[in-house]
Amino acid sequence: MSDIKIEGYEFKPGFKGMAKDTGSDQTMFKGVHWGKAMMWIFLLSDTFIFSCFLISYMKGRGSTLIDWPNPSEVFGLHVFGVDVPLLLIAIMTFVLITSSGTMALAVKYGYEKNKKMCGWLILATAIGGLTFVGMQAFEWGKLIHEGVRPWENPFGAPQFGSFFFMITGFHGTHVSIGVIFLFIYAYKTFAGHYDEGKRGWFTTMKGDYVEIEILGLYWHFVDLVWVFIFAFFYLW
Amino acid sequence: MSEDFNDNKTIQAQSSEAISGGGSGIGADADYVRPAEVADQDLYHGHSFITKWIFCQDAKVIGVQYFLLATFTGIIGLILSWLMRLQLGFPGLAPFMTAEHYYQFVTMHGMIMVVYFLTALFLGGFGNYLIPLMVGARDMVFPYLNMVSFWSFFVAVAVLLASFFVPGGPTGSGWTLYPPQAILEGTPGSGWGIMLMCISLILFVAGFTMGGLNYLITVLQARTRGMTLMRMPLTVWGIFTATVLAMLAFPALLVGALMMSLDNVLGTSFFMPTILKAGEVLEYGGGSPILFQHLFWFFGHPEVYIVALPAFGIISDLISVHARKNIFGYRMMVWAIVGIGALSFFVWAHHMYVSGMNPWFGFFFATTTLIIAVPTAMKVYNWILTLWRGNIRLNTVMLWCLGFIVTFVNGGITGIFLGNVSVDVPLSDTYFVIAHFHMVMGIAPLMVIMGAVYHWFPLVSGRFLDEKLGKWHFWLTFLGAYSIYFPMHYLGFIGVPRRYFEMYDSPYVTSAVGMNEFISIAAFIVGAAQFILIYNIIKTLKTGKPAGHNPWQACSLEWLTPSVPPEHGNWGDRLPTVHRWAYDFSVPGAKEDFITQTTPPSEVANTEVEKT
Repeated sequence: MSDIKIEGYEFKPGFKGMAKDTGSDQTMFKGVHWGKAMMWIFLLSDTFIFSCFLISYMKGRGSTLIDWPNPSEVFGLHVFGVDVPLLLIAIMTFVLITSSGTMALAVKYGYEKNKKMCGWLILATAIGGLTFVGMQAFEWGKLIHEGVRPWENPFGAPQFGSFFFMITGFHGTHVSIGVIFLFIYAYKTFAGHYDEGKRGWFTTMKGDYVEIEILGLYWHFVDLVWVFIFAFFYLW
Repeated sequence: MSEDFNDNKTIQAQSSEAISGGGSGIGADADYVRPAEVADQDLYHGHSFITKWIFCQDAKVIGVQYFLLATFTGIIGLILSWLMRLQLGFPGLAPFMTAEHYYQFVTMHGMIMVVYFLTALFLGGFGNYLIPLMVGARDMVFPYLNMVSFWSFFVAVAVLLASFFVPGGPTGSGWTLYPPQAILEGTPGSGWGIMLMCISLILFVAGFTMGGLNYLITVLQARTRGMTLMRMPLTVWGIFTATVLAMLAFPALLVGALMMSLDNVLGTSFFMPTILKAGEVLEYGGGSPILFQHLFWFFGHPEVYIVALPAFGIISDLISVHARKNIFGYRMMVWAIVGIGALSFFVWAHHMYVSGMNPWFGFFFATTTLIIAVPTAMKVYNWILTLWRGNIRLNTVMLWCLGFIVTFVNGGITGIFLGNVSVDVPLSDTYFVIAHFHMVMGIAPLMVIMGAVYHWFPLVSGRFLDEKLGKWHFWLTFLGAYSIYFPMHYLGFIGVPRRYFEMYDSPYVTSAVGMNEFISIAAFIVGAAQFILIYNIIKTLKTGKPAGHNPWQACSLEWLTPSVPPEHGNWGDRLPTVHRWAYDFSVPGAKEDFITQTTPPSEVANTEVEKT
């Protein structure tokens, strides 16, 4: 953070610097945009939501009397006459993680005011997210076709269906909301709203490239949550 | 340590002055405060009735909107409590009071008072109005989000109240909404009622999150020049910490409400075990009702402190201003608030001692629960030491403060009873519990709200509330509340269970019946006394004594706005610059008995002002 300069304020390194910033006036996180700080705190709150979901899932799975279905069978795909476990999930995870990479590049080009590159990378991220949601819909369709429902499950404990649809659904909603915003931000980037500081339609606040970084934080978080869901649902 | 922080020249100059005890070497550089780090806030000024008063982005208007809607909802909760007391004191007097209605009223009364009244009023009402003013900001940092927050709350209240008009009526499962009974046939409102309750709670949490992000970022990132965290009034500390708790505790409620809705609507079995009903096995099976209790109380216990911490903060400021003394042990008070907040996440299962938990588990939670008594007691001692030899103004505000300390200590002590597993088990689900939590998180925070209303009404409206009516209001409420809840401790000891529609021919009847009648009459009077405040507000809004600037001679920033009541943007052309904490009362050597936060050191050169 040494590139931030504040008039009349001298930064100190390490723990002492943290204590000094905390004890100072005006801001606690020096040079951090309000919206960025807000997104971090929102994500902390959201972490608690997903933690509650996953802990409930562990409790439900741990205490059920009927056997839990074997994930590598349930989530396997039959491709070209071969049973491949977790194939679809591997592709989904790969797509989502890749979209995190394009998002990070978009933030970089945004701060460099490279409108074109930034816009295209946001669009690529949005398409990655859309692909993920599409594949998730396909997986839901497959499971529903095989008879899995929120209230019942032919492969074992009915809670499997309940938790699976609820948690992936909640995560998928997060991804979908992110995709909608990515498309809006891609449009705003191409239209030059961030260059000219055009005021937002709802908030009436001036546009700035920092918004892309804030959306990026959200997007990386959604990816990170997916890694946990992946680990708990598909690998356990 | 001090040399690491010596670039803050204000502190350096003040401390050298305090040591030398004289005014030598105090020049203009002592008044130096670092320039602003960020540009002045860009605000949207409303220009029509709708953007100025309805979909308004001004935190002060939003605060008043929150206050009014929460009060309206609270009055509904009050009327429900009247109906409950009518049944308990005089069974059979009201023919419409069936057992179903009784349980519905219990549930709605509890949920309304805890979530839609107290939480919304403290954080949405006082938080919105006071945080920007007290930290010297022009507004909340995200005014648009703040507006959406209020309107989400509005929709949440509308959905909640709509449940009175749906088939089956509102849910009657108790405010804790425990499954499996909450969604099983036979419990009132098991279909629509519980559904709307869950939807309303989810909306409330969503709306609150938007507001909460505003409060946190405004405190962390939008303070004015010179305003360090340790110069903030304790009100802001209380609301800030409570908001942190809410941001981390409400997720558990959201998840619990969502899973219960799915159990109810889709027939999942998250919380539903295998159930036999009239000899038939229901579709449900394999879920865990205890899981819901954990989720609920992981929210529910911090929720107690979400209500209590703003009350602690506000009362500290009121006592300090009206005793004309600095708050005793400011730093201790801040750390006590933070410590109580942190501890509140490790005590939730003390609400579940009778759920069949492992005794060692109960032992752990009893220990953490009793540890909370330490910072809480520190706070109570500090309030008393603030009053000690203070120049006390015995006005209505101070009466409410004193009433708060008494009721809070009372409720806190019974909390120590209930925190111990072996004492809690026999007292569980008796009127002792009702008495405890109404004292500690019903009446005590209410006393603070009332004190705060009498204190800040001159700021909001520019006029004083009527003192005479205020004193009537206080004494009726205080003595009346004691008449209601003090006998309930006794009812609990003789074993009268809570949530019973009627005592029928139980052995309690003889000794409890007269007491129940007495409590009910007191409850009617206390409820009616609250309308004195409403009358007082309506009366003084137009004809009250004009307050002018800083009528209580307070030090904190909210009283130092160029216009009273403050306008949109709060500070006119220039933001205030802060040189000291909010508690420089009765400083030896000062011309007046208060030094405002904006007074520069050079103006108080020959006083014994403390380094803050």
